[in-house]
Amino acid sequence: MKSWERSDERSKLFEDRGLDRRDFIRICTLAAAAVGLPASVGVKWADAAAKGLKPSVIWLHFQECTGCTESLLRTSHPGLAELVLDLISLDYCETLFAAAGYQAEAALKSAMEANAGKYVCIVEGAIPTKDNGIYCKIAGRTALEMLTEVADKAGAIIAIGSCASWGGIPSADPNPTGAKGAPQVLPGKTVVTIPGCPANPYNLLGTVLQYATFGTLPALDDLARPRFAYGRVIHDDCPRRAHFDAGRFVQQFGDEGHRNGWCLYKMGCKGPATHANCSLKHYCEVDGAWPIGTGHPCVGCTEQSILWSMPIHATVEIQRPMPPDTYPPIKAEQGHVSAVAVGLAGVVGGALAGAGWMAAKKVGDGNEDKGTGPDKGA
Amino acid sequence: MPLDRRVLLKSLTFGGVAATAGAVPALARVRKVAPPRAMGMLYDATKCIGCKTCVVACKQANDMPTEPGPWKESNLYDAPLDLDGKTKNIIKLYREGERTSYVKQQCMHCVDPACASACMLHSLHKDEVTGVVGYDPTYCVGCRYCQMACPFNVPKFEFSKAVPKIVKCELCRHRVKDAAIRGADGFTRYPKGQGPACCEVCPRDAVIYGTRDELLAEAKRRIAAFPGRYFEDRVYGEFDAGGTQVLYLAHVPFEKLGLPKIGNEPVPQTAYAVQEGIYYKLPFLAPVGLYAVLAAVAYRNRRAEAVGAGEKEAKS
Amino acid sequence: MSAHTEFHTPVGGRLMTRPFMVLLAIACVGAISAAYRFMNGIGSVSNLSNGYPWGIWIAIDVVIGTAIGCGGYAVGLLVYILNRGKYHPLVRPAVLTSLLGYGLAVIAVVIDLGRFWSLWKVPIYVWRWSHSPQLEVALCVAAYNLVLLIELSPVLFEKLRSGASSGLRKLAQSGLTFVEKSFVWVLALGLLLPTMHQSSLGTMMLLPGPRMHPLWFTSWLPLLFLINAIIMGLAVVTLEATFSAAAFRRPRETAMLASLSYVGAWIALGWAIFRVLVVALTGKLGYLASGYGIAFIGEVGLLVVGAAMLLSEGRRSQPVWQVRAAILLLLGGAMHRVNTYLVAFNPGSNYSYFPAVPELLITFGIIAAEVAVYVAAVKTFPILRGAVPAKASS
Repeated sequence: MKSWERSDERSKLFEDRGLDRRDFIRICTLAAAAVGLPASVGVKWADAAAKGLKPSVIWLHFQECTGCTESLLRTSHPGLAELVLDLISLDYCETLFAAAGYQAEAALKSAMEANAGKYVCIVEGAIPTKDNGIYCKIAGRTALEMLTEVADKAGAIIAIGSCASWGGIPSADPNPTGAKGAPQVLPGKTVVTIPGCPANPYNLLGTVLQYATFGTLPALDDLARPRFAYGRVIHDDCPRRAHFDAGRFVQQFGDEGHRNGWCLYKMGCKGPATHANCSLKHYCEVDGAWPIGTGHPCVGCTEQSILWSMPIHATVEIQRPMPPDTYPPIKAEQGHVSAVAVGLAGVVGGALAGAGWMAAKKVGDGNEDKGTGPDKGA
Repeated sequence: MPLDRRVLLKSLTFGGVAATAGAVPALARVRKVAPPRAMGMLYDATKCIGCKTCVVACKQANDMPTEPGPWKESNLYDAPLDLDGKTKNIIKLYREGERTSYVKQQCMHCVDPACASACMLHSLHKDEVTGVVGYDPTYCVGCRYCQMACPFNVPKFEFSKAVPKIVKCELCRHRVKDAAIRGADGFTRYPKGQGPACCEVCPRDAVIYGTRDELLAEAKRRIAAFPGRYFEDRVYGEFDAGGTQVLYLAHVPFEKLGLPKIGNEPVPQTAYAVQEGIYYKLPFLAPVGLYAVLAAVAYRNRRAEAVGAGEKEAKS
Repeated sequence: MSAHTEFHTPVGGRLMTRPFMVLLAIACVGAISAAYRFMNGIGSVSNLSNGYPWGIWIAIDVVIGTAIGCGGYAVGLLVYILNRGKYHPLVRPAVLTSLLGYGLAVIAVVIDLGRFWSLWKVPIYVWRWSHSPQLEVALCVAAYNLVLLIELSPVLFEKLRSGASSGLRKLAQSGLTFVEKSFVWVLALGLLLPTMHQSSLGTMMLLPGPRMHPLWFTSWLPLLFLINAIIMGLAVVTLEATFSAAAFRRPRETAMLASLSYVGAWIALGWAIFRVLVVALTGKLGYLASGYGIAFIGEVGLLVVGAAMLLSEGRRSQPVWQVRAAILLLLGGAMHRVNTYLVAFNPGSNYSYFPAVPELLITFGIIAAEVAVYVAAVKTFPILRGAVPAKASS
C-alpha cells in the first residue's frame, strides 16, 4: 500500500491539478529517468512532494541572458515545470516571481533564514569583478556581495550555464567588466558547474533532484562538472560519428554532404574537444533539436578554451583520438600455410629424394641392368 | 694441349672474376638526383587525425572499388587491411600502449626507384620532369619483379584477376591538365582537381603537396619551429633509400610506422653496379669478349681433334 | 658430327608403359590446374601474395629448373673448351636434359606471368629495354632455348636420314651439314648464354637488397649462382646418365662419371669454401646463430658432404656413391637457390608463404612432364649411346 493512498491531503494536491495518482507516479518516474535516476526515485519524490517536504531553491541571476532559465522552461512534459517547481520550493527567482522590489527581497531573506545550511543556491550569469563589481547591481548590492552572502549559508551551490560556470560571453575578450564564473569568486567552496550556452536543462534537473532526494551531489570532474553529463565529448556519442570515421565530410554549407547529414568537422565542429551530452539529450525534447542535428557545427559552448576563444569555423585539434579497432595495423597478418600443402610437398619431396637414394643401390649393382623403371634423372 | 689450357684457364679466370666481381669502386654507379621540378608530398603524422578522407578521395579519383575488411561489422565500409589491387592509399594505425600515431601509406616516388629499375620494358617509369613513378600496363608482362624490388612493399598485383595489372599510387598524374603554379603560400600546385586527391581533401593539411624542395624546406621549418616534437628532428625520405619524393614527419620512430630503416643508399645501387659493371660500362665487352674466347678455343680444339683423327685414319 | 667413333641409337620399345602413364597423369593434373589458373587468375591456384609475389614457380621451376638444365653447359665446357673428349658420350643426353629443363622453365614462366600475352614485346621492343638483370635473363633464356634446339637438331635429322621419304632425307642431310658447319659458333653461344644468365639470376636477387638477409646478400651472388649452376649441371648429368643407362640397358659410363664426379666434387668444395669465406670476411658469421643459419649450413653442408663422398677413389668409382653424392650436390645447389629466392627474402614478419596444393600440382606436373618427354625422346631419337653396333655406321 503506497503511503499517500492513505492520505487525503496528498490526493487533494493532485486532484487540484487534474491528475490521478497513477499519472503522477508516471510523470515522476519519467522525470527521474530523464535525469538518469532510477525509477524508484520518482516514487520517492511523489511521496516527499505530497508530504510537503521540498528543498528550498534560491535562484540568482547576474550577467546573463536568461537563456538557461528559458531552456529549463522548455522541458515540455505537460505540467512538468509546475511539478518540478513543486518538487522543489523555488523561494527566490527574479524571472518567475510575481513579486518585485521589497517583497522579493524579503522573500529572499526569509528563505535564507528558514532553510539556512540546506537551501540550494543556483547561480545564472557571470559576476563582474572590475571596479568592485559595480557593473551588476541588484537592490543596491553588487552581484559579488549578493552571491557571497547567499552562498555562505547554502547547502549546495550550482552554477548553471557557461556564464556562471566560467564567465561566458561577458568574459569574452576584452572582458571590460572583469566577468568571472561563480567558482572563481567563491574560492574554497564547492560549486557544481553546469556549463553550456544554454546549459542542457536535464543536467540541472538531475543534479538538483539528486540533491533533493539523497542529499548528495553527483560525481564531479576537475572542473566541478557532473560526470554523468560532461564525462565524454560530443564526438564520442555524436550520431554523425560514422561519417567522421568513414571520411565523409561536409565541405560547404548546402552541398550534397550537408544535405546527407555528413560530419561537420571540416566546417569547424568543436565536438571532439567539447565535453557535453547534447548529442545524447537533445533540447526541447524534440529529437534532433541541437546544433549538429540542425546542420551547424558544435561551437564548444561548454568549454572556456573554445567558446569565445576560437573562431566558430576553425577546425579543432583532436587531443585524444581514440582510434576504433577497425583501423588496419601497421603490419597486418597475411598469408596462410595449408597443412595439406606442407604434407604433400614433404611427402613428394622426401619420396623423390629417398627413392633416388635407395635406387642408387639398385643401379649400382655392377653392369647387370636390373633397373626397370623410367629414368629419374631429371 | 697444355699451353692452350693454361692460357685458357688464365683468361677464363680473369674474365670470370672481372665479370662477376661486384661493387668495384671504379665502376660505381652515378647517384641519381631528383629532377628540379620533382613533385612530392609531405605527410605530418602529428597532424593526422585518421579521418581517412584521403582514402575515400583516392578511391574516387582513381575509380577504384571498395574492399570490405575482415571485421564482421565492416561489410558496409571500405576497410582494406593494406594496400592492394583496389587500394592505392591507406591510413594505418600504430598503437603501443598509450602511444598512437596514424600513418598514410602509398608510393614513395623514390628518386632512384627500385621498381622502375626492375622493370624490363620501363612499364614502371620515372617521369623526367615531375619525377612521378607511373605505370603503363602496355609493356607489363606481370612478372612482379617490381614487387620483389620495392623496399616499401608498395606495388600491388591483382592476383585475383585473369587480366591483372600492377596497382600503385601515381600521384594522380591522370588528372593533370595544366601547369603547376607557385601559389602565395609558397607551394607549387596544380589547379584544384588536378593535384593528388588525398592532399586536396585533407581537413588538417596533414598531407600537402608541392615540389620536393618546397616540401623539404617546409618540413625543416616545422622541425626548427617545434623542437622535440618530431622524431630524431629529421624528415624521412630526405636521404632514405637515396631520397624519396614523399616525405614523412612523425612523433614516433619511423620503423614503428612501417617506414623501414634502410639507410641512404639507393635500392638499385648494388644490383645495378654489378649488372651495369659487367655489361654496360664497357658496353658488352665482357660477353662479346667471352664469346670470342670460347669460339676461338673451341675452334682450335676441334681443329686439333680433326687433325688427330685424320692422322689416326691415315695410320690405320 | 664429330670424329668420335661412338654412335647413338634410339632405345625403342613401347612408349606407354605403366610408369610413363603415371607420369602423364601427373602432368595432366598439373595441366588442369594450370588451365584453372589461366581462367581465374594466379591467386585462384596459388598462395602468392603481395608479400611473396614469387613462389615455387619461380624459385623451383625456373631458377632450379634452369640450373638442372645446365648439364649441357657443364659437359660442353668440359668437352669442347677444356678438351676432355672422353666425356663426349654424355653430351647428347645432357643437351636433351638441358632443352627440357629450359623449355619447361619457359612454360613455368608463362604460367607465372600475370600478363604473359605481352611476353613477345620483350625481345621486340628494343628501344624500351632497361638495364634490369631480369631482362637479360629473359633474352638469354629465350636465345638459349633456340641454341639448344639447334644443338639437339642432329638427333632429329639422323632419325629422318634413315627415313622413307627422300625429300626428308635430303632435308635432314642439309640440316646436319648446316649444324656441322656452324658448330663452333652455335656452341660458343651455347656456352656464353648460360654464363650470362645464370650469373644474372644471382644479380637479380641483389635488387631487393634491403629485404634480403645478409647471409645471402653479397655482390658475389652472380659468381655463386654461376658456379652453382655448373655443380648442379654435373650432378644432373651423373644422375641422368646412371639411371637411363640402367633403365634402358645401355652401356654404363661409370668410369667417365667417376672422373666427372671428381671434377664436380672439387668445384663444389671450392664453392662451399668461397661461400663461407665471403660470409666470414664480411663479418656476417654472427647471423649463423639463427634460423637462417640452419638454411645456410644446409646449403653448404650438403655440398660438402656430397663432395666428401667423392674424394675417395674407391667410392667415386661405384655408381651407388656417384648417385648418392649427386643427389646431395643437387639438393645442396637447389637449396642455395631456394634460400636466395624465398628464404632470404623477407617482406615483413606479417607475411608468410607456402605453396598451395594446386600450385604444387603445377610444379609436380612440370617435373613429371619433363621426365616423360625425356623418356619419350630417348626411346624415339638417337640420343643415348648405343650398345654393340649392328653396323659400322649409324
